Amino acid sequence: MASYDGLFKFLGLTDWCSGGDQGSGPMSMAALLAQTKGGSEEAGSFWSMPLPSLDNLHAACAAFPQTRDLTLGLERAFLSARDVLRVVLDPLTQPLSWMLREMIWLMTATPWFIMLPLLLALTWLVSRSWSVVGLVAAALVTLAFVDHYTEAMQTLAIIFVCAFICVLFGVPIGIAMSRSDRLQRIMTPILDMLQTLPAFVYLIPLIFLFSVTEPKLYGIAIILYAIVPVIRLTDLGIRLVDRDVIEAADAFGMTKRQKLFGVQIPLALPNIMAGVNQTIMMSLAMVVIASLVSAPGLGVLVLRGIRNLELGVGLVAGFGIVLLAIILDRVTKASLARLDASKSSRRGA
Amino acid sequence: MTMEKPVKISIRHLYKIFGDNPKAALADVLAGMSKSELLAKRQHVLGLSDINIDMRQGETTVIMGLSGSGKSTLIRHFNRLIEPTSGEVLVDGTDVLSLDEGRLRDLRRKTMSMVFQKFALLPHHTVLANAGMAQATQGVPRASWEPEAQRWLERVGLGGYGTRYPHQLSGGMQQRVGIARALTSNSGIMLMDEAFSALDPLIRTDMQDLLIELQRELHKTIIFISHDLDEALKLADHLVILKDGIVVQQGEPQHILLNPSDPYIEAFIGDINRARVLRVRSVMTDDLTSDDIAGQVNADDNLEHVLALSGGDATRRYRVMRGDKPVGTLEMAALIRALVPKRAA
Repeated sequence: MASYDGLFKFLGLTDWCSGGDQGSGPMSMAALLAQTKGGSEEAGSFWSMPLPSLDNLHAACAAFPQTRDLTLGLERAFLSARDVLRVVLDPLTQPLSWMLREMIWLMTATPWFIMLPLLLALTWLVSRSWSVVGLVAAALVTLAFVDHYTEAMQTLAIIFVCAFICVLFGVPIGIAMSRSDRLQRIMTPILDMLQTLPAFVYLIPLIFLFSVTEPKLYGIAIILYAIVPVIRLTDLGIRLVDRDVIEAADAFGMTKRQKLFGVQIPLALPNIMAGVNQTIMMSLAMVVIASLVSAPGLGVLVLRGIRNLELGVGLVAGFGIVLLAIILDRVTKASLARLDASKSSRRGA
Repeated sequence: MTMEKPVKISIRHLYKIFGDNPKAALADVLAGMSKSELLAKRQHVLGLSDINIDMRQGETTVIMGLSGSGKSTLIRHFNRLIEPTSGEVLVDGTDVLSLDEGRLRDLRRKTMSMVFQKFALLPHHTVLANAGMAQATQGVPRASWEPEAQRWLERVGLGGYGTRYPHQLSGGMQQRVGIARALTSNSGIMLMDEAFSALDPLIRTDMQDLLIELQRELHKTIIFISHDLDEALKLADHLVILKDGIVVQQGEPQHILLNPSDPYIEAFIGDINRARVLRVRSVMTDDLTSDDIAGQVNADDNLEHVLALSGGDATRRYRVMRGDKPVGTLEMAALIRALVPKRAA
C-alpha cells in the first residue's frame, strides 16, 4: 500500500496504472528493504507523506517510470547515437590528436639545451621585458633541476595547442556574437553552461565517444572548458569600442571589413588579450583534471600523489603547476601591457 | 547684391519619427497630430518634422538649437548615418536616399566629410594616419596620401605632430586633426556636428577663426551644428533655428536678429550683444542723396565700431562704403533703434 494509491483511485486511473509493467526490471533498494521488513508499511499519516517524485508515484502506479529509467534512457540514447556521432566527430577532431601528439613529441624530444633557449626567446618576443624572461628562466630551471622537465614540457605542449585552438575558434565566434544580438542571446546560456559544468562532467561523454588512448579526448575537454573567456571577452571588447569612433568610420565610408580589421579588432585587442590570458589559465586548470583520462604531464604526478598517497610527489608536482601558471600569466600580461602602451588606450578618444 | 550661389544640398519635407512603427505614426503626424500627442498616444517620438532647407554652394549653414531640438539627428541624415522616415535629401540634385550601399559609401568617401563633437579619432593610429584616414579608406596608397595629409596638418597648425598619437594631444589639437582629416578627403561638403562645443571658450574662438580663415580660401559647403548663438552668428551665412524638430526660422543671421518671427527666437536672441553682431549694411538705407555727412563707414563694420566713432552723438549721419563705392547712408538714430530688440511680428 503506497502513499499515493488514494490519489490514483480518486482520479479513476487504477486500470491505466495496472496496465504498466509491474515489477519488471531489477528491484529497487527501497522495495527490497520493504520486502525484508515484511509486509507493507502502513499507508500514511499526513506527516509521513513522501514527495510526489517519480519513484514514489511508481510505487502507487506502475505505469509511472522510475527515476532510474530516466538515467538509463539517457545512457541508452547516448549509446545509440554514439556510432553516428563517432563517424562525424572522429575525422573532424583527428587533427587535434595529431597536433597534440606531435607537439608533445616535439617539445620533449628536442634536447633541453635547444628547447630552453627557444622558450626564453619566445618569451622575449611577446613580452619584450628582461625581468619576465628572467622569471621564466628561473621557473624552468627550477622545474628541470628537480627532474620535472619532461612533465612540464608535456603540460606546456598541451596548453600551447589547446590555447591556440581556443583562440582560433574563440575569436571568430566572439566577433560573430558581437555583430548579432540574436547569436549573443543563443550563445550566452551555452557559454554559461560550459563554464559552470563541473570539469569532471566534460569527461564522461567524451570517454564514451573516443578511445582513451587518443589525445583528442582530453584535448576536447580542455578546449571546451577554456574557450569560454576568449569568446566572451572578444564579444565584450568589440561591443565596448567607442561608438563615436565607429560612427566616424561609417561617416568616412569604411566597408564592414575595413571597420572590423581596421578599427574594431585593434581597439578590442586589450580585451581579447585578457581573454587569451584567462583561456591559458583555464587550460592549465583543466590539464590536471584531464590527467584522469591519460593526459600526460604534471597532472599525472598530482594524480599519483592522490592515488598512492605519495604526499611529496603530489606537492612538488602541484608546486610545478603553480610555477607554470605564474610564468604563463606574467608573459601574457606583459604582452598585454606592451600592446596597451604602444597602441595607446582609449583614454584619448 | 551678389549673385545667389547654386543650391548644393536641399532637404525636402524631411520627417524622422523614433519608435516601433514610424510609418504608421507618420500618417498621424501628417494628419495633424502634435509631438506631445504622438508621444502620449502612440509612444513615438517626433524627431524631425517637415524640414525644408536649401544650402548653397560655398556657404556656411549653421543649424542651431538647444539640446533635444533634433539638430544632431538632422545632420546625420545628410550622409544617411540615420535613415529618415520620409522626405528627400538632394545633393547636387541626387536623392541620397535612393543610393545603394556602394554609391552611398562613395558619397561618404568623396562628397562629404564629417567633423565630430568628441573628435572620434582612431586612437591606435598616429595623427598623420588619422588625417589620411579618408584617402586610406578609399584605397589610395600611403605614399600618395601622406604628403597631402601632412600638408593639411601643417595648414591647421599641427605640422610637427604627425608621429604622435591622438591621446597625447589636447582637445583643441585633436579637433584640428579632425578638421585636417575632413579636409584631406577633398570633399566639397563638410558636416560639422557641434565641432567646437567640447572645447574651452578661448580655444573655441581660435578654432572658429581657423574655420573662417580656411573657408575664405576653400569655399566648402559647410553644415555646422551648434547650440551657441554667438558661434552661430559668427560663422553663419545662412542660419536655421530648430526647436523640437521644427524649423522655427531660417535666413540671413542679421535678418533674423532684426526681424524675429517668433517669441522663441526673441527670447533666444534677447541676451546677445546686438551692437557687436549687427552690421552697418543691415541698418543703412539705400539713399545716397542726403548731405551733412559726418564721415565714412564700411558696410561690414559692426554697430559698436560706429558708436565709438560717433562719440555718442545720436544726430550724425554716415556714408556707407563697400570698397571704394558708396552704397548707402547710416542714420545714428536708426542705429540706436536697431539696438533695441524687436518684438516678433
